[in-house]
Formats: sequence, C-alpha cells, structure tokens
Amino acid sequence: MDQVTLLAVERIKLFSTRSPWWCMALAMVITIGMAAVIAANTDERFPLSVPVSQGFTNFGMVVIMVMAALAVTTEYRFGTIRSTFLAAPDRVRPLLAKTTVVALLSALVGEVIAFGSWGIGRLIKPDADMALNSAAEWRNVAGTGLVFAFAAVLAVAVGILVRQTAAAVAILLVYTMLLENLIGIIPTIGPKIQRWLIGRNSDHFLTAGNESFISEGGGADQPFGPWGSLAYYAAVCVGFLVVALVVAKRRDA
Amino acid sequence: MIEAIGLTKRYGTTVAVDDLSFTIAPGRVTGFLGPNGAGKSTTMRMILGLDRPTSGKALIDGKSYAQLDRPLRTVGALLDAKWVHPNRSAKAHLQWLAKSNGLPDRRVGEVLDMVGLTAVAKRRAGGFSLGMSQRLGIAGALLGDPQVLLFDEPVNGLDPEGILWIRQFMQSLAAEGRTVLVSSHLLSEMAVTAQDLVVIGKGKIISQGSTTEFIEKATENSVLVRSPHLSKLGPLLVDKGYTVRNDDDGALTVVGATSDQIGDIAGANGVVLHELSPQRGSLEQAFMQLTGDSVEYHAEIGK
Repeated sequence: MDQVTLLAVERIKLFSTRSPWWCMALAMVITIGMAAVIAANTDERFPLSVPVSQGFTNFGMVVIMVMAALAVTTEYRFGTIRSTFLAAPDRVRPLLAKTTVVALLSALVGEVIAFGSWGIGRLIKPDADMALNSAAEWRNVAGTGLVFAFAAVLAVAVGILVRQTAAAVAILLVYTMLLENLIGIIPTIGPKIQRWLIGRNSDHFLTAGNESFISEGGGADQPFGPWGSLAYYAAVCVGFLVVALVVAKRRDA
Repeated sequence: MIEAIGLTKRYGTTVAVDDLSFTIAPGRVTGFLGPNGAGKSTTMRMILGLDRPTSGKALIDGKSYAQLDRPLRTVGALLDAKWVHPNRSAKAHLQWLAKSNGLPDRRVGEVLDMVGLTAVAKRRAGGFSLGMSQRLGIAGALLGDPQVLLFDEPVNGLDPEGILWIRQFMQSLAAEGRTVLVSSHLLSEMAVTAQDLVVIGKGKIISQGSTTEFIEKATENSVLVRSPHLSKLGPLLVDKGYTVRNDDDGALTVVGATSDQIGDIAGANGVVLHELSPQRGSLEQAFMQLTGDSVEYHAEIGK
C-alpha cells in the first residue's frame, strides 16, 4: 500500500461527508464577510490597509481547526477508524495521509480567505493603499495558508489524542480564543510565557513589519524573527502530531 | 486458518481473555460461543490487530494481522455493522475501503450485488435498517475476496429472514473453502450454523470440537416417568444406581437410564406406567450448565 493510495482514500473519506464542506464555507463566509464590514467602515482616521484586511483570518482558522479535529473525531465516533486500521494496520501511515489531506485543504482555504479578504477590501475601497509591494505585506496575505495548514496539523493531533469531538473542539477553542490571551495577564511571568505560545508566534509571522491601527506590526519582544516564529510554531504543531501518532500506534483502537 | 496461542488480555486487574489457544480450520463455519462479556469480541479484535494482547499472539495463515500486506485481501471482518459514517453513502463507504487495499472499483458493485444492496447503494448509510447495515458490513468484509472471515454477532437483532440469509451465506462461504469464524451467545443459532464450536466463558476455553459432539456431551439425557406407583418405582430405580428427581407435577425424571431399562424394571416389579418418555435437555440448558460458573453478569431470577 503506497502513501499516494492512502492520500486518495482520505480524500474520498473527507469529501464524501458534508461537515468539511460546511466548515470550509463557514470559514470563508465569516472571515471574508468580516473583512468586508471592516473595509466598509474604514475612513481617513482609520484607513484600510493590507494588515487591516487580514485582521480577521484567525476567525476562519478556528473554524478550520474544528474541521480538522472533526476529520479524526468523527472516525472515532462512528468506528470508521477501526475499519481504517483494519485496511491499513500500520496506523501511522493512514493517519499521516489524513493529516496531509486536511493540512493541504486548510492551506488552500487559508489562501482563499486571505486573498478573498484582501480582494473584497480593494473592491469596497478602491482608493485605499492595498498594493502588495513589500515582502512583509506578501507574508501577511500569502502566509495565511501556511498558518492554517499547521493549525490543522495541531487540530488533527488533538483529535487523535482525545478522540471525542466535544473535548477536542473545547480544548482547541478554549486555548486559541482564551488561554493564549489570558496568560499575558499574569503579572511578570505572563508576558514571558506568552512569547512562546504558538498563536503569538504564528501571529508574529503574519504581522511582523505590517503596522496598522489594529496591530503594532508584530510583537517587538518575540524570541524569533517572522520566519523563525513560523518554524517554531510549525515544530510545536508537528511535535503534537508525533506524540499523537505514537499514542495511536500503541493504544487499543 | 486462524490460530490463537496463549492469547491473553488484561485491563488492569480484570482478565478479559485468559490464555486462549485454538485453531480455526478452513472449509467450515466455526462458532465462537460464549455468554455476553465472555471475551469474544476482545478476542476477535486481538486477532485483527485492533487490540494489543497482554501476552500470547494470534496468527492468520501463520502471520500476525499487522504483517499482512493489503489485509482486506486475506481477512474480511464484520465486527460492528454501525462502523459506517451515517452521512456517507453505502457506495462511498465501500469505495474508500476498496481503494485502500488496491481493489478495483468494480468490486464495489459486485459485493453490493452479492448482499442485495445495489438499489440503495447511493443512499446514506445512516438511514439503513439494522438488517441493511449488516449486509453492508458483510459487503465490506467480502470486498477483498478474503480466505478468512470473522463475524461478530452477525445475527443480533435481525428478523428471521435476515438470520436465515446470513446463516446460508456463511455456510456457502465455508463451502468455498474459506475459514469462517462467527461469534454468538446463542447456542441454538450456532447449532444450525456452525460445524465446529469454540466455547468460552470468562475469557477461558470451555470446550472446542464439533458442534454435534458438543451437543451430545452437553445435553443431559433423561426419561420422564409417570405412574400411579411412583413411591414404589422410585426406590427401585435408586437401588439400580440411577439418579431420580421428583418433579413438581407428580412425575419422575430419571437420569442415566434408558426408557427400555426403566420399562423392564417396572414390568419386573409389576408397576403400572402411564408415561415413559425420553427427554432431551435443551441446548440452552446445556449451555447454561457449561458456562454457568463463567457468566460475567448474573441476574437473580426473583421469586
């Protein structure tokens, strides 16, 4: 059994159910819709710019993480993971194939969301400075796909580890939406810890060098530069996946 | 051929499967019989590499499941008919399974035909009745045209027509020379389905051999005697060394004697007989007797 076959299998599995379609549509509509609302309400004091148009891609990312977690947890919920392991007893390779398919799809959705948000801003405010004329601006828009892809890897890993939809989604949402921000409130050590959190690093990758009224253009005290931050963020996500694969290989299906 | 060698599974201090060793031969339907909670499903899951044995091993044609290349071509299994995504069509479900083991797409149509689901192939599997789900599960097991088949309680909850269909289907698979292992907690069902039986209780082997042998051995042969002179006949039979039980309705049940022997004794002693009928213990009674000590969850039959 080659990996290409397993990729095709996971593609069939993902697209023969409805929830990924719903999640992808929801992610795009929410994010691009928000970008349109923001763009329509910018003015001279709060001008539309590339980073402003990209300010809400995290909303889409959260929905995509739910989709990625569901891709695993529904398999546990309905027992199809056992059929999968019967067909490919190696376990690691089918799970890697699933991760790859979900991550690639998430990258694609990330790009659509990023360029869609940017494009709708240009349509609504044709006079705003929306030109992509610096590496930082390109990173801000086109980098979204990379951030989404590794977010999906993390979500798949959490899905494999906890095996239940409610638990996996709760963990992912509470962490991304709450903990990432709340840890910074802890006096003294909070900000020091926060520099190392994955969301802070993925944000730094996207926003470094892109100042606007919604962001200072990346955290000045981040331990790495933008690409270093991406590498760190990716390594943590992949690290979780490795742990999840080891656990899945060892435990009873 | 399926072999279990000292197969053991412990969950903490609970022993679910305790040192099971058996061989399942090809060309026959082998029943895997035991009360609920005896460890049948756990054993099947260990054979299929889903659960890791605490010790011992299970081999399929000499290999462990994990060693099989494209395992669906060697082993087909139906462990739970509900292992299907409810929003996926029957066809899509079989398509990904076929694809995963390099089986041609036309095989999907063939197995759907075999189990009679062609008409509903595009309907979502979540709307299937239990009988249809079982058929879909069997279609999945047959995809790779495997020589070894495992079915876990395939007739549970089916109507008589479905039970008959599955029974005949399993027998035809075995007749083609395949190894068929089917678990059940119903001896009466296995008596008409399986040629061989592996009986377990509380994770231990209780008996293994041919079904007829098992039933012969397990069922008690007794003779029911009705007579106006039971008080005279009873002691005579006890003197001969037979076991005699007084039934509630004024009859005797004699164990260990044939009706001929009892009739001779009665005749020799001038006892009038109103009834002399050989009794055959029910399969269920036999099963209860054999596994009585090994039932995981006892229910008190209250008064």
